Amino acid sequence: MDLSSINPVVLAAALMVAATPILLAAIGELVAEKAGVLNLGVEGMMITGAVTGFAVAVMTRNPYLGMLAALCGGAAVSLIFALLTQVLMANQVASGLALTLFGLGFSALLGQGFVGIPPPRTPKMDLGFLSDLPVLGPILFRHDPMVYVSIALVAAVWYWLNHTRGGRILRAVGENHEAAHALGYRVRRVRILAIAFGGACAGLGGAYLSLIRVPQWTEGMTAGAGWIALALVVFASWRPWRALLGAYLFGGIIVLQLNLQAAGVRIPVEYLAMSPYLVTILVLVVMSSGRARKTLAAPGSLGRPFHATG
Amino acid sequence: MTTPLLAIKGITKAYPGVVANSDVSFDIGKGEIHALLGENGAGKSTLVKAIYGLVRPDSGTMRWRGEPFAPTAPHEARAAGVAMVFQHFSLFDALDVAENVALGMDNPPPLRKLAAQIRKVSNDYGLPLDPGQLVGDLSAGQRQRVEIVRCLLQDPHLLIMDEPTSVLTPQEVDTLFRTLRQLRAEGRSILYISHKLEEIRALCETATVLRLGKVVDRCDPRDRTARELAEMMVGTKLHQPERPPHSPGDIALEVRGLSLRSPSPFGTSLKEVSVAVHMGEILGIGGVAGNGQDELSAALSGELRAPPGAVSIRGETVGHMGPNARRAMGLLCAPEERLGHAAAPEMTLVENALLTGAWRQKLVNGGFVNWTKARGFAEAVIKRFDVRTPGAHVVARALSGGNLQKFVIGREIMQRPDVLVVNQPTWGVDASAAAAIRQALMDLAQGGAAVVVISQDLDELLEIADSFAALNAGRLTAKRPVRGLTLDQVGLMLGGAEEAGDAAA
Repeated sequence: MDLSSINPVVLAAALMVAATPILLAAIGELVAEKAGVLNLGVEGMMITGAVTGFAVAVMTRNPYLGMLAALCGGAAVSLIFALLTQVLMANQVASGLALTLFGLGFSALLGQGFVGIPPPRTPKMDLGFLSDLPVLGPILFRHDPMVYVSIALVAAVWYWLNHTRGGRILRAVGENHEAAHALGYRVRRVRILAIAFGGACAGLGGAYLSLIRVPQWTEGMTAGAGWIALALVVFASWRPWRALLGAYLFGGIIVLQLNLQAAGVRIPVEYLAMSPYLVTILVLVVMSSGRARKTLAAPGSLGRPFHATG
Repeated sequence: MTTPLLAIKGITKAYPGVVANSDVSFDIGKGEIHALLGENGAGKSTLVKAIYGLVRPDSGTMRWRGEPFAPTAPHEARAAGVAMVFQHFSLFDALDVAENVALGMDNPPPLRKLAAQIRKVSNDYGLPLDPGQLVGDLSAGQRQRVEIVRCLLQDPHLLIMDEPTSVLTPQEVDTLFRTLRQLRAEGRSILYISHKLEEIRALCETATVLRLGKVVDRCDPRDRTARELAEMMVGTKLHQPERPPHSPGDIALEVRGLSLRSPSPFGTSLKEVSVAVHMGEILGIGGVAGNGQDELSAALSGELRAPPGAVSIRGETVGHMGPNARRAMGLLCAPEERLGHAAAPEMTLVENALLTGAWRQKLVNGGFVNWTKARGFAEAVIKRFDVRTPGAHVVARALSGGNLQKFVIGREIMQRPDVLVVNQPTWGVDASAAAAIRQALMDLAQGGAAVVVISQDLDELLEIADSFAALNAGRLTAKRPVRGLTLDQVGLMLGGAEEAGDAAA
């Protein structure tokens, strides 16, 4: 075992990259849940985004077009969920699980011709003197643009939710859909838009995995990142900045366990690989236990179907 | 004659299987407080929703100051000058007062400016509010202020109020009425819906009475007695619950120094609750919602465990026992929430009868359910309590609120408990069904059972209870005999001023 082989600067830089896909997916799910929709299909939307993004990027040789396609792909599958739960009034939990299973299978089908192909490279940003700073430069300022996009997205979502009328309406719908309906807001429309936004973000997160982080296409490559994103929303108690913090925490665990594996720590690899998921389960258990749940300010109508009556 | 503010002519609205409004016509004049009376299901809510643009009538017309008026969405109604205070508040707990107000407006100013407006308007009308407070932390009375202030900021010509006083203390009702009279003096009109007939007599100058969707009568409520108004609504003579004179027996239920932490973060913990209920006595426990009613009801039923000595039945300590053990001892309970607490929504009435009746009615034999007996028990409850349902095989969710309430209360009463605890027994139940339930409770007490009625309906408590105590912030006042108790004293007890109440007695 040689822990000295772990370079803290490289580790911290890798942490931001590892955190970005789950952060993107989590911020999308956060918006959906703030609107009162519990979409357990994050994993399915992510992997759909991963494969559509990858395919389009390979075909056009342009990673940004790929990401655009991933946005659309993720949003498109999420609309299946929206149709099921908002129009046909299906159960949200079951529909979300179905969406995950569907996404995993569907992406495997789409991705058949793309296994083993390298995607076009996404260039890293050069932020001039910032990138040349010692220590801080490599950690913060030598990433691909998507890392910064994800942080900007967190800021934008935070501002939008708390300081705009649209955000207020979305929170109102998630908090008490009957009251929102009585005041004349279109509960269903708000929720469908929120679901689509969540799908687009998850798709983008998936494409980040297949185009930048890994980068290649393999079946089932999201490997539970969607579930981590879901746990992250609860962990963040539905607050965007806390989601950022949480994502970097999870990213840190993921990167650290990879590094520990590489350093040859004498723990079976399986235990290390398990650790991010164990933490996920732990967070979910602690946070969803009775009293904690309410005080964490979960949206009041989360997961409850809305039937407009007279 | 001047043009009325709102003229409603021939409004009809049918839902599958039920006609909610049938050819309803009436006028609301300028500066008039107009009462809309009717039992549950008489079509009042549908009618006001039509005025507010939430429901589109099948036929009929409305004219607003002589002009045709057919709002298709609430913002159109608001633009014309109609504002509505909802029965179940249309508020959002996790948002603050200013945000809640902003959500009810079509073009809200920036929040900081709005906050100043809220302060001004709320003070002008004697309804002080802090715009920055989270609505989840407000009392029912304060929540209603938020709703009213939200309406007033839009300078309405017609204010619709659906059951505004059902959750208020008598003092809060007085404040509300002052505000409403001030609004009338400003030339605004109010359409007022309430079950509380004395309030209508005190406040309104015209009343339209609906029964089964039709207008059956119009009157000046000031000229009628509450009883006459009630009979207009029901359409028959009203049976007044009554009970022969009686004297209390031994102590049946005793609570001693019960302190209990509420399991819910927005709940109220019980603090040093002590009270004794005798056989044949009906104890009424009043209080504004959220002062520990649910916790007390759960602590008595056994859903929440307490130290053994905190609760005892006929001298035996049962504080540590669960609901089934207490049922075996003769203590039964009917909680407030009908669907999901008192009854399982997706289960049939037979199954629901089995859920609490299994032990005392011996519906289970060696672990096997005796369905014939269970069905017989359910059918007996349906028959005796006049539950309107196609049969016992119907799921609980399919029953209307009032009918399910009769079933839930009846199920417990039919098991001949020694102690019965009911929470909000006539909540959302119309006048005749409420009278039947109250009579059944009184009959039960007459048979020697101790009955604890937790209710926010003071009239109900004063009508049926022998003694009265009030819950305030988890504390229970000492109980006092209902005979000779004035409404003022009750108000003080509800406000937690027990000493003042005693001094006045």
